[in-house]
Amino acid sequence: MLSRNFTDSLIEKLIFACGFAAIILVSLIFFFLLREGLGFFAQYNIKEFISGHFWYPTSKPAGFGILPLIMGSLFVTLGAAVIAVPVGVMAAFYISEVAPVAVRDILKSGIELLAAIPSVVIGFIGMVTLVPLVRVIFDIPTGLSAFSGALMLAFMAMPTIVSISEDAIRSVPGTYKEGALALGATKWQTMYRIILPAAAPGILAAVMLGIGRVIGETMAVMMITGNAAAIPDTIFDPVRTMTATIAAEMGETVKGSMHYKGLFAIGLVLFVITFIINFIADSFLNRVKK
Amino acid sequence: MKIKIINIIAVCLCLLALGCSKESRDRAALAKSKSIQIKGSDTIVNLVQKWAEDFSAKDTSINIGITGGGSGTGFAALINGTCDIAMSSRSIEEAEIKQAGENKIFPVEYKVGLDGLMVIVNPKNPVGELTLAQVRDIFMGTTKNWKELGGPDKKIVMLSRESNSGTHMFFKEHVIRKGDKKNKDEFSPRALLMSSSQAIVNEVVGNPNAVGYVGIGYMSAALKAVAIAKKKGDKFISPDIDSVLSDKYPISRPLFLYASSKNNKLVNDFIEYSLSDEGQKTVRKLDFVPLRKL
Amino acid sequence: MNPKTAQKIAFSLLFIVTLLIIVPVLLIVFIIVKEGASAISWEFLFTAPKDGMRAGGIFPAIVGTLSIVLCAIAVTLPMGVMAAIYLNEYAKDNLLTRIIKLSIVNLAGVPSVVYGLFGLAVFVMFLKMGVSIIAGALTLSIMELPVIITTSRNALNSVPQSFREASLSLGVSKWQTIRHVVLPNALPGIMTGAILSIARISGETAPILFTAAAFYVPHLPRSVFDQVMALPYHLYIISTQIPNMPANITYGTALVLLVLVLAMSLAAISMRIYFRKKKKW
Repeated sequence: MLSRNFTDSLIEKLIFACGFAAIILVSLIFFFLLREGLGFFAQYNIKEFISGHFWYPTSKPAGFGILPLIMGSLFVTLGAAVIAVPVGVMAAFYISEVAPVAVRDILKSGIELLAAIPSVVIGFIGMVTLVPLVRVIFDIPTGLSAFSGALMLAFMAMPTIVSISEDAIRSVPGTYKEGALALGATKWQTMYRIILPAAAPGILAAVMLGIGRVIGETMAVMMITGNAAAIPDTIFDPVRTMTATIAAEMGETVKGSMHYKGLFAIGLVLFVITFIINFIADSFLNRVKK
Repeated sequence: MKIKIINIIAVCLCLLALGCSKESRDRAALAKSKSIQIKGSDTIVNLVQKWAEDFSAKDTSINIGITGGGSGTGFAALINGTCDIAMSSRSIEEAEIKQAGENKIFPVEYKVGLDGLMVIVNPKNPVGELTLAQVRDIFMGTTKNWKELGGPDKKIVMLSRESNSGTHMFFKEHVIRKGDKKNKDEFSPRALLMSSSQAIVNEVVGNPNAVGYVGIGYMSAALKAVAIAKKKGDKFISPDIDSVLSDKYPISRPLFLYASSKNNKLVNDFIEYSLSDEGQKTVRKLDFVPLRKL
Repeated sequence: MNPKTAQKIAFSLLFIVTLLIIVPVLLIVFIIVKEGASAISWEFLFTAPKDGMRAGGIFPAIVGTLSIVLCAIAVTLPMGVMAAIYLNEYAKDNLLTRIIKLSIVNLAGVPSVVYGLFGLAVFVMFLKMGVSIIAGALTLSIMELPVIITTSRNALNSVPQSFREASLSLGVSKWQTIRHVVLPNALPGIMTGAILSIARISGETAPILFTAAAFYVPHLPRSVFDQVMALPYHLYIISTQIPNMPANITYGTALVLLVLVLAMSLAAISMRIYFRKKKKW
């Protein structure tokens, strides 16, 4: 039987090894993206990439302008945020401050249920129910549009926004509330005058994390936003997001070709954007913890 | 107890590593020698799947894996060495043959059927006859409203396929670019890039403003196929098996299977099956055009 | 306006807004159950698709999803937990460690399709695993690693420091403390995170799109190097690609996927509630 010290240090070495392996693996993705993405920029002007109006990757000569794709992602994300933020924050307030305890548990379970629904299922339902409805209600040429995407994606962002806002609201010190109520304010006045400003950093973090989730969404947008790689005029136009472009064109590229590297360049852009959003959200959350 | 768990985990990881080692990969490859990987065109993926179903029914140890993704995906896989057969609704390009050659792969072309490309609209749309030039103007975005073609005052919703689709490439080369290799015209960027022919059908069935192009295998009572005239003054021909076989219909194309090598017996058997009477009867059953009258 | 009236109006508004979220969720589940229930049968769950996916069952897709997911969690859970133990219990609090912790939290937010791209380049092409269960599983495991590390770290953090101090002051070594004091108390949180991860990756499509999934494979996988059908990919294919698809089969597939994912999430949530009640602090 090996001495206890020996097995202890053996296991600790294993832990160190796994710890490092895990960290290396996750940084590998960044380096891989960087390698292929930078390889692309070596051969294609980065300014033309970001601001070019035409994404024609298989034509000769190929066009790799991702401005329409960026605008597509932007329209869908902002549309989703405009819907999800007010609804989510208000729901968070309702659940944490107003709802009776029994109702609160039901509502929280309902929202966690929403978080569990896979994006392909939401895309499928959106495709068969929402898209035809949107076309008829708004009298637009086709329901496959940024608007339909924004609506379904708002749903997908909701659980994140609601639960993190709810955490922020609950972490506002009880003394703030009690002080206000003691001074004769109604619960509602306390909520919007005292709690909301105090919870603001946490709520902002929730919003950013929700937005980060929406930007990265792939399947649902592929099925309901129409995939037209043109800069949209209105939110009712069909759009193509960066994520859908990668998913749709991933399979057809020959390894090492410009198209292949171009998709990695888009992946790099997505990576940087979501990383920054998460970073900012994190710093807000850390402020709350303090 | 925890040590036992960690030991088990360590053993599992080792087994995993072992599984990835060369010997077992070779063994797996040998076991896979009764298997074929087919990738490519969404237009004929259903046809090839039926062939696979019937072909492997005779010998259940045969394993045929099929993935769609578009003709371009099939060729990319052929070049990357990740498939045995590429199915496509367009012919392989010079550049693709060259890239394959660089990877020491020399594709063998087999024509396995014909297909007509029909322009489809919603049955509620009164427009039923178009010249090739009018079709071209629609899909390039020059004609923007149905009223310009005698229809209602509604914006035209153009449905196209992804650029990796053979259907997309064929339509672009023969309708948009009129068969001229030097022509650089493109689809309008406002055309919606649908993920498959069925997705185009679904949208056309549900949307009176939509127009798209799919193979004639997708015909159904819920759609209306536009009769096409090659140029102004010509007779408008409706797409069906006879008009494609007799070459009267202006937009028709051959369907191909490209084998990655001449020497794979199972692949050759499969292709032989597709060219046989039984295989060609399946072509007809799935509403494509067989190579010969049966 | 009387503040009390303002409050009544405001609260009603908040209630309605909250309903705006809950009602569509219930509606989605209701529609799927209503349209898909008629397709569910023994044959549907345990046989292969026939007639170009239009009849028969989805058994290969269910098996495919389960094999990919189980392989993925088998790789990521031990590694993630051990990395979390390292970061929380052993690593010194210097700049490097803080950067690492920050990066891992932020990597959890990277889009799944970017991981799919990575998996394609590294596992399928570079390591020549081809499109296979193992390539898809490894892609998913790298995707979930940051999440598992983060939830495990939270679980470990929630164990009061006093527990560790008491144990160490009794002369117990660091690892023994972790093994006998910290881990058992953190285990519920870790397990909850693991089950939620399983639920999440079961529904993911983008990462397995080009690393594991096939349109049609006529039989069950025979080794980890086989391509497989997978439930979310199958749903995507039959809803966008197959002509004349009977609607109830499509809804039925969505129903099976939904039930799978919801059952796992429910199990994780109940576990969390059960252990919260049993907490010793």
